[in-house]
Amino acid sequence: MKKSVLSAMVVLLLLGVAAYAAFFVAPTDAKQGVIYRILYLHVASAWTGLTSFFICFIANSLYVLRRQPRWDWLGVSAGETGLVFTTVVLLTGPIWAHPVWGIWWTWDARLTSTFVLWLLYVSYLLLRTLVEEPDRRALLSALFGIFAFIDVPLVFGSIRWWRTQHPQPIIMGAPGAGLDPTMYRVLFFTWLAMLGLMTLLLRQRYRLEAMRGDLEIIQRELEAA
Amino acid sequence: MKNLNSVFAAYMIGWTVFFVYYISIARRTSVLREDIERLKNSLSRGK
Repeated sequence: MKKSVLSAMVVLLLLGVAAYAAFFVAPTDAKQGVIYRILYLHVASAWTGLTSFFICFIANSLYVLRRQPRWDWLGVSAGETGLVFTTVVLLTGPIWAHPVWGIWWTWDARLTSTFVLWLLYVSYLLLRTLVEEPDRRALLSALFGIFAFIDVPLVFGSIRWWRTQHPQPIIMGAPGAGLDPTMYRVLFFTWLAMLGLMTLLLRQRYRLEAMRGDLEIIQRELEAA
Repeated sequence: MKNLNSVFAAYMIGWTVFFVYYISIARRTSVLREDIERLKNSLSRGK
C-alpha cells in the first residue's frame, strides 16, 4: 500500500475516533448543554490554524534568510492550510454563539483579531497572484507573511488582555478557569487528529507548489529555446 | 436535545470545508501534472 494512502487512512481513523469522543465520550456541559460540543471542532481548528500560521512564519523567515524555493513553497502551503482551518473557526463560531449569546457575531477583540488574521492571510495569497517573477514574488510574500504573523499573538492574547464577549481562556487562563478532565482529554485528542489532517493537507499542498516550481523552470527553458 | 441540529450543522460545514479543500488540491495537482507533461513533450520535440 502506498505510504500516502496509509497516512490518509490513519488520519481518517483518528478523526473518526475524535468525532466519536466529542459526541459520546465527553460529558455534556451543565450550563450550555449539547451545543458546547462544537468546542471540539472550533477550538481544535483554531489551534491547528495557528500552528499552521506559525509554520508559515518560520518558512517565510527562512526564505528571507536563505532564499531557497522550498521555504517559499512551505510558506504558501502552510499559509493556505492555516486559512482553511481559520475559515472553519469563523464559520463554526457564529453557530455556537447564536444559541449561547443570542447574537451571531460581535466585534469584540477575539473575534475581530481572528477575522483580521483571516483577511491578512487571504491578502498574503492574493499578493502572490499579482507578482509574476518567481524570486520577487517569493520575497514579497515572505515579507508580508512575517508581517501577517504579528496578528497571531494578538489573537492569542485578546481574551487575556481585554474583557471580551468571547469566553476566557481554558488553557493558561485565570485560576479556576478550565474544563473537566475528560473534556480536556477529548479536546487534546481532537487537536492531535486535526494536526494529522493539517500535516496531510500541508504535504499535498507542498507537493503541488513544488510541481508549480518545476513548471516555471520548464516554461523558462521553453522561452529560452 | 436542544441545539443538536446546530451542532450537526457546525460539524457538517467544518468537514465539508476540509473535504472541498482536499479535492481542490487534488484537482489542481492533476491539472498541473498534465501541463508539465504537455510542456515536457513540446520541449523534447523542440530539441
